[in-house]
Amino acid sequence: MMSILVYALHHEGAFNKNSLGAVTEGARLAVELGGECHALVLGEPAALGDELCDSLGGHGATRVFRVEGPEGLAQPVVDAMAQVIREQGHGCALFGGGLLGFEIGAGLTARLDAGVCMEVTGVRVQDGKLVAERPILQDSSVSDVHFRSDVGVIIGRLNAFEPKAASDATATVEDVSVEFAPHSLKARMVSRGEQRGADVNIEDADILVAGGRGLGKAEGFDALEDLAGVLGGAVAATRAVVDAGWYSYAAQIGQTGKTVSPKLYLAAGISGAIQHKVGMQGSEHIVAINKDANAPIFEFSDLGVVGDLNKIVPKLTEAVKARKGA
Amino acid sequence: MKICVLVKEVPDAAVEKRINPSTGRLDRGGEKNLNPFDTHAIEAAMQLKEGGAVTVDEVVAVTMGPASAVRALHKAVSLGADRSVHLSDAALEGSDVNGTGYALAQVLAAEAPDLVLLGQQSDDGECYTIGAVVADHLRMPSLTQVIRIDVEDKALRCERQAEYGYDTVIVELPAVISVGDAINEPRYPSLKAIMGAKKKPLETKAAVDAGIAPERVGYEHARAHCADFTAPAAKEAGRIIEDEDTAQTVDQIVAWLDERKLLA
Repeated sequence: MMSILVYALHHEGAFNKNSLGAVTEGARLAVELGGECHALVLGEPAALGDELCDSLGGHGATRVFRVEGPEGLAQPVVDAMAQVIREQGHGCALFGGGLLGFEIGAGLTARLDAGVCMEVTGVRVQDGKLVAERPILQDSSVSDVHFRSDVGVIIGRLNAFEPKAASDATATVEDVSVEFAPHSLKARMVSRGEQRGADVNIEDADILVAGGRGLGKAEGFDALEDLAGVLGGAVAATRAVVDAGWYSYAAQIGQTGKTVSPKLYLAAGISGAIQHKVGMQGSEHIVAINKDANAPIFEFSDLGVVGDLNKIVPKLTEAVKARKGA
Repeated sequence: MKICVLVKEVPDAAVEKRINPSTGRLDRGGEKNLNPFDTHAIEAAMQLKEGGAVTVDEVVAVTMGPASAVRALHKAVSLGADRSVHLSDAALEGSDVNGTGYALAQVLAAEAPDLVLLGQQSDDGECYTIGAVVADHLRMPSLTQVIRIDVEDKALRCERQAEYGYDTVIVELPAVISVGDAINEPRYPSLKAIMGAKKKPLETKAAVDAGIAPERVGYEHARAHCADFTAPAAKEAGRIIEDEDTAQTVDQIVAWLDERKLLA
């Protein structure tokens, strides 16, 4: 018998989709292991009302440990999860994809002397134990990871675990008091979730034209906007160019951005790092333009164009305009 | 202030990486280079040193790895580090994230830095985790994937992109900070710095010198074991067009889109 503890991240009155996926996955695995799936939430009491916490029961959590503490930072959660795992004897700490899961999972690994596996795309039960499946080397191979510690830490890849609200069951909510380690209170959130750039909607677009570092400069997006305009789509961006201030955060695909699955995803100057791929691989048709023939994006595009996007994109815009006008 | 920068030698991006099927570990042969993300960490250290908001007495590059990893330290020193520490021991080979973070933390504890900087991920293992593992052992506050650092009294004001947008976090020193590649443009080392790198102090430590407990490191003691490598269901290879005549290329793209009714 083994029980699983899942961290559920919340913000502005709702749980993160990847956290809900992790609770769903944890509940599925707990059934096979003959144990239970529990969730831990941490934040300001006003933000973690009974109704919100109860709702994790619908995804399969039987107990929810509610901890009062500072939101949005990893180390207080490490303290809380380590305490609950020691008291309750969980055999696995599970996290959905995202940034905080990596930080908390890594901290727990050190604290509990536990094995950790990150970027996990699947988990299964084998001989009563959990085995994590982790793609490696740009997804060319998948490794099975076995744990040889009392607790296994599993950190999912973005969107690896699909949330399912299977029932209207509610979880038992228990308030847990945690004494935070001194170092865990030495990072202080000044402002959280600041939106930079225009508020654009890319999630409803059937066609997305996305730009990355290969554009060379912020002005490179002008040509993509023209192309998106004639295609009847919207413009998206990679994290690298958003962090560089070239384009709006609201248009960002991947790890800490949006997940999209349009009919057409046209990637210009994007190498195709895993952190980007996880946000767009569900697209129906993927077209990539990149001057580097070895760019990983060509491994998962349906049409790959090796060439200079500065030459190709404006001409493509003209050609699409001509075709549509015909 | 003393800054330690964690660096790592990784296979050159142009080299095809593979797993050794008999050991289940990444074959780390072939051309090596300093992990590109780590050059941003060194640059961040140099900008703190040169920025004037704080007095940086020393920048120390620290790595763990086989004898060849010394080249990553030379590169780090050529980019501005004052000296370097190389943790190298056969007993450390095959350590997992847990063991590697623990071992590095022992070396760092002996250095007692005010700030530990590292790249947010390594180019080979695609893992974001070492910084947070090290921080927990050192009992220091930590933040990863930071893209801006400003000195503020005895703390750092850091910015990073997280799940819901950009966060600004004040982190008291001593601290462990991993940086993203948007934080700066790393400088190129001067020829003189490259030539002089081998003359800067380099300390090599064995596991026992660093007080590392042998039962916590190495492949045999890894808490997480990789095995059974399988190739995922391969996606059918897409069509590739090499752009030679752009007018023709564009016609081919339009025809391809048209066939799939994407120009409706």
